[in-house]
Amino acid sequence: MPRTLFDKIWDAHVVEAETAESPAVLSVDLHLVHEVTSPQAFAELDRRAIRVRCPDRTVATLDHSIPTTPADGQGQRRYASEEAWTQVERLEENCARHGITLHGWDSPHRGIVHVIGPELGLTRPGMTIVCGDSHTATHGAFGALAFGIGTTEVGHVLATQCLLQHRPRSMEVRVEGRLPPGVTAKDLVLQVIAHIGTGGATGHVIEFTGQAIRVLDMEGRMTVCNMAIEAGARAGMIAPDETTIAWLRGRPACPQGAEFEQAAERWLQLAGDPGARHDREVVLDASTFAPTVTWGTRPDMAVALDRPVPMPQDAAARRALEYMGIQPGQPLSGHRVDVVFIGSCTNARLGDLRAAAEVLRGRHIAAGVRMLVVPGSETVRRQAEAEGLDRVFITAGAEWREPGCSMCIAMNGDLVAPGQTAISTSNRNFEGRQGRGARTLLASPATAAASAVAGCVADPRHDPRHDTRQISHSPETWQMQVPSPRTLEART
Amino acid sequence: MKPNPTIESTRIESTTLVLAESNIDTDQIIPARFLTTTERSGLGRHAFADWRFDAEGRGRADCVLNLAAARQSAVLVAGDNFGCGSSREHAVWALQDFGVRAVVSSSIADIFKANALKNALVPIEVDADCHRWLLDHPGAPVTIDLQACRLAAGLAAEDGPEVSFELDPFARRCMLEGVDALGWLLSRREKIEAWEKTRAEAA
Repeated sequence: MPRTLFDKIWDAHVVEAETAESPAVLSVDLHLVHEVTSPQAFAELDRRAIRVRCPDRTVATLDHSIPTTPADGQGQRRYASEEAWTQVERLEENCARHGITLHGWDSPHRGIVHVIGPELGLTRPGMTIVCGDSHTATHGAFGALAFGIGTTEVGHVLATQCLLQHRPRSMEVRVEGRLPPGVTAKDLVLQVIAHIGTGGATGHVIEFTGQAIRVLDMEGRMTVCNMAIEAGARAGMIAPDETTIAWLRGRPACPQGAEFEQAAERWLQLAGDPGARHDREVVLDASTFAPTVTWGTRPDMAVALDRPVPMPQDAAARRALEYMGIQPGQPLSGHRVDVVFIGSCTNARLGDLRAAAEVLRGRHIAAGVRMLVVPGSETVRRQAEAEGLDRVFITAGAEWREPGCSMCIAMNGDLVAPGQTAISTSNRNFEGRQGRGARTLLASPATAAASAVAGCVADPRHDPRHDTRQISHSPETWQMQVPSPRTLEART
Repeated sequence: MKPNPTIESTRIESTTLVLAESNIDTDQIIPARFLTTTERSGLGRHAFADWRFDAEGRGRADCVLNLAAARQSAVLVAGDNFGCGSSREHAVWALQDFGVRAVVSSSIADIFKANALKNALVPIEVDADCHRWLLDHPGAPVTIDLQACRLAAGLAAEDGPEVSFELDPFARRCMLEGVDALGWLLSRREKIEAWEKTRAEAA
């Protein structure tokens, strides 16, 4: 029977098949660990006096609760609280005791867990990858089965390198056509989520297919898979192809030389067989997409910048608009922003920083706007600094920080003040996500940077440096430039 | 913490606490600033912190979670797609510490559901009609029978819906019979090692 990409990876990792009485025992190739969701799991191993079974398949980093400001002259770092500091020390102790590689403060590779995995070549096609973090789906961009787990399950993997799992259903999201110029992977995935809904893919693993996906570079693919969870999916994945292989070649943890080429041959065979069926299919047309920004408090409450914010159809939408202070019936363009955040596991890779810097080069952010640029890893930081991107950001009036999750989860002290509106390249716009009472607009790096310059939500395609047309925020001139998103009905 | 979370009895009898909002995400259940803990306990006081308290930390009188009855309800009835977003198990720990023993909705997000089952917080998905009835009758008495996987609402049988629900059989055994999920996995060690050996040889 023809099998999908997901089928192949799942089947290859089943140690013990699912029965009426028990779930499948699924082997885990790579377990990524960070400071926030692991201490209770290590404590459970200690309580049972058991060791981490495969420290060589476990890699840890510091990212969620750590400060992104540099250490002071004495090497001291300003943690948000004593407790946050304790949590970091706990991970350091746990990793040292169990022989786990930790990319801690002294590592040149430290960074956001979903940025460093691929960067180091730890993430490879065909693998099963888990982490106590819902954005683990990011690694699916390489044709891996990668998903988030809770802390109890983190303990299961530490102890056995396996998980008890029921086989999820599969869903194909086929994005046909090509993105118009100036429209990015982030805009694409926001459109997909708006179409499927926040819970629309619950119980499913999404495989993204179609021409618009195939032409994305690896960073764009990571952005897309990263946000699969925002449609409720267990995981998102994209079949490996030549783009995947070119990106992985030479990465430190990858096989090298002839061994790599042999592995690449195997990886290319992971793609779904002709005729393989998914449980559900959704088809969208990328050529109708435009820069997209969220207007509400769920990732599926998103709208193209040139379209009006929809009139509320239910209590949730009314509550969201009220919380956000947004008027429906008119485009978001021109809506005031106080804070701009470029960062997170969704959009803090080199290409994201380049896109933002491209918009900011030779310009300054608007008066009263605070802009934070937080690279995804130390590697990204070094590369960005080597290209002078840090100078572009600093000259434009932004803060250039050290790597971490920062204002995406806002538990390290990088906060948006109550009532302020932040345009962020992160993944969640839930109430209070970026700080109590904070209002979040999710957008691409280019849109966020263009908005920083304008002081209000702005379309990055309308750059006055390249265009003598008058920028206007009035809806009349902006509507109808791009046809409304047209979707082919889902076949279920 | 008990080595293997079990429920104290196979029946939960309680009035309901209703949060009718759809898509209640785990950031609402436990805001990220409380995730710096290294413990599982004590999170109940932060459950729904930004719904229950104002910026100065004063309880909001208009929040149903602050009513005395809310603290006595072991059954939380919530809108569709409950527990979406972050994988933080702290959301389950916070609800349990707040006194919740079962969550009832028309759909519950995958990771939250998995986390709940591992902590013996019973996630129950019911059909749209039953869900509607429960949302429309906050404070209604419900009886949840975990042996029979039945939920009955209302004082008398004719008063409210009575429905069956599905509970993952393995998780149910863990909860009811005290089967230790990690212990069960650890008992597979030889099988896991043999599988890994075969796989390494094939590569």
